[in-house]
Amino acid sequence: MPRVVVDVMLKPEILDPQGRAVMGAFTRLGVHGVADVRQGKRFEITLDGDATDEAIADLHRMAEELLSNPVIESYDLRVEE
Amino acid sequence: MKIGVVTFPGSLDDRDAARAVRLAGGDPVSLWHGDDDLRGVDAVVLPGGFSYGDYLRCGAIARFAPVMTTIIQRAGEGLPVLGICNGFQILCESHLLPGALTRNDHLHFVCRDQRLRMERTDTAWTKAYAEGEEIVIPLKNGEGGYVADDATLDRLEGDGLVVARYLEVNPNGSLRDIAGISNPAGTIVGLMPHPEHAVESLTGPSTDGLGFFVSAVRSFTGANA
Repeated sequence: MPRVVVDVMLKPEILDPQGRAVMGAFTRLGVHGVADVRQGKRFEITLDGDATDEAIADLHRMAEELLSNPVIESYDLRVEE
Repeated sequence: MKIGVVTFPGSLDDRDAARAVRLAGGDPVSLWHGDDDLRGVDAVVLPGGFSYGDYLRCGAIARFAPVMTTIIQRAGEGLPVLGICNGFQILCESHLLPGALTRNDHLHFVCRDQRLRMERTDTAWTKAYAEGEEIVIPLKNGEGGYVADDATLDRLEGDGLVVARYLEVNPNGSLRDIAGISNPAGTIVGLMPHPEHAVESLTGPSTDGLGFFVSAVRSFTGANA
């Protein structure tokens, strides 16, 4: 069954304190050479039918209205067969 | 004066909000998230808490509750709505107010008695205050950092839509120390700190919060603020 993956990330200009905390942990754990960490969300959506244009359009709408907040976040949607 | 207080799954401060309405001389009416009937109320409070467990984003799922469909429509027609903390988050997610609330910049949950300066005092919820008046009410949030793009922030300041600003300490990284904002008409107000927890000297740091509820009651009884 086709799977649709939606990645949601805070926009670059929005402060990401969680990513910054992870970055701090890297340093404490002796991992260097990392310039930045940003934390986001990944949604894996399994369709029960074909990935039709209509089904994908519905998921784009959900990604924009529900899964992300366009004020602070952007999303990337892709179909993985 | 009937003021509805919405209970979502995960709301915490609905009872305190209803109590504050009663102490202000209003008649609190409980509204249920799954019911699209506002039961004839004159105004609505969206209380604090963790609606739907804060899953996805704070307020993101509450926005689509049946009661919110009606509230969003009626708010557009002028129904006064006060969103406190999680209620503020819901108002932003509903696009009734601009911007968004994000994780506190220091990542810790913060709970403190917070000093604020009241800046817009002609709204349905702030008429009982004097412009520039300083108040102290509780603040408790994990995701209370107010963010918006520079153009939106400039418009909020230029149009005088900032209702309250943090004084002494910026507790959560909110841009330009913004604690609360309003729509241009002054009917919709979102506030991160909790006025409903500062309405009685026995349990609050002050009774400074009562003014929000008195303001709403007065606007409907026609008394001068």
